[in-house]
Amino acid sequence: MSKLGIFTKGLIKDNPTFVLVLGMCPTLGTTTSALNGAGMGLATTFVLLLSNMVISAVAGLIPDKVRIPAYIVIIAAFVTILEMLMKAYVPSLYATLGLFIPLIVVNCIVLGRAEAFANKNGVVDSALDGLGIGLGFTCSLTVLGLVREILGSGSAFGWKFIPADADGILAFVLAPGAFIALGYLMVLFRKIVLKK
Amino acid sequence: MEYLVFLLKIIISSVLVNNIVLSQFLGICPFLGVSNKVNTAAGMSGAVCFVMALATLVTYLLQYYVLIPLGIEFMQTLVFILVIAALVQMVEIILKKTVPSLYQALGIFLPLITTNCCVLGVAIMVVTKEFTFGTVTKMLNLGESVLFAVSSALGFALAMIIFSGIREQMEINGVPKPFKGIPIALITAGILAMAFMGFSGLV
Repeated sequence: MSKLGIFTKGLIKDNPTFVLVLGMCPTLGTTTSALNGAGMGLATTFVLLLSNMVISAVAGLIPDKVRIPAYIVIIAAFVTILEMLMKAYVPSLYATLGLFIPLIVVNCIVLGRAEAFANKNGVVDSALDGLGIGLGFTCSLTVLGLVREILGSGSAFGWKFIPADADGILAFVLAPGAFIALGYLMVLFRKIVLKK
Repeated sequence: MEYLVFLLKIIISSVLVNNIVLSQFLGICPFLGVSNKVNTAAGMSGAVCFVMALATLVTYLLQYYVLIPLGIEFMQTLVFILVIAALVQMVEIILKKTVPSLYQALGIFLPLITTNCCVLGVAIMVVTKEFTFGTVTKMLNLGESVLFAVSSALGFALAMIIFSGIREQMEINGVPKPFKGIPIALITAGILAMAFMGFSGLV
């Protein structure tokens, strides 16, 4: 597969949210607005890119039997670094995303890419794969966040387009709207992009 | 008496009001993945309940007697996930030797639990977050944390079993092609979450 192909497959063909249906907890839990969704997506991309690169570099050294615990340690180390960086530079985003930042450790996308791609490919390919899948995840989260923000609070990327004293459809900011919005977006993605 | 009411509030709040799956979004992967049959859903919930109580007990002790005295709270994520992974392995080995019948029922679900975010989520939540039940706001102590973990797991079980019952029924109904599988499951879960929102005035 060409380098470009490795990078772009995460955006549509292997889109982690709409096609592979992985990492559902942060997808539903953090997308109350487009910016929160984008922040969560970029945080996951950071961990995915670095853990993919390190795992592909050391994969030959790890005995096959203990590879999963070893991958988890590598991923957890990068999550800890991310936590410290976010606490220092974007404390408000860190507070909004809260529990879902440490939970990147158990995000199945990250471990899934380590197991399915990074441990049998080179460092450059793994970096491209991590970046592609991560950006695919970021785009999906931003779109879902945007839909929920428009319906739920009547604003887009923080810019409110309905009168200041009017409310959106509250359910879309709360839990039920997350499930329903993602369900319908998935149907649209299947119908329009995958033409199934 | 007042304390008993407080404990009861923890249980009601985490089973019904702040259901871990339907309002906190933890453990969505097994919720969507292994909820096709009521039997498997019940098995998975049993395993989660067992591991979650044990993991919360161990990580709570580690946090307060090892990480904080040593001043290395930033290692929390790494230590907790390793403890959970080790614990799951250990539970698997012990069950296999001592209670083979239970192992038969839960065995295949145990390895999946390591990456179930509700276990790590609850373990982190009880040591970092203040909880409000009624008029009381405080950090939970050891016993309350384990109670919170068990009742969160019961909430997980309740959501799983209701949802798998609905999905079994849905198998025999005609669903439009683009909605088949995950999308219709998500929309159903949304309606279920809306039903659970009705409990929000309870505590």
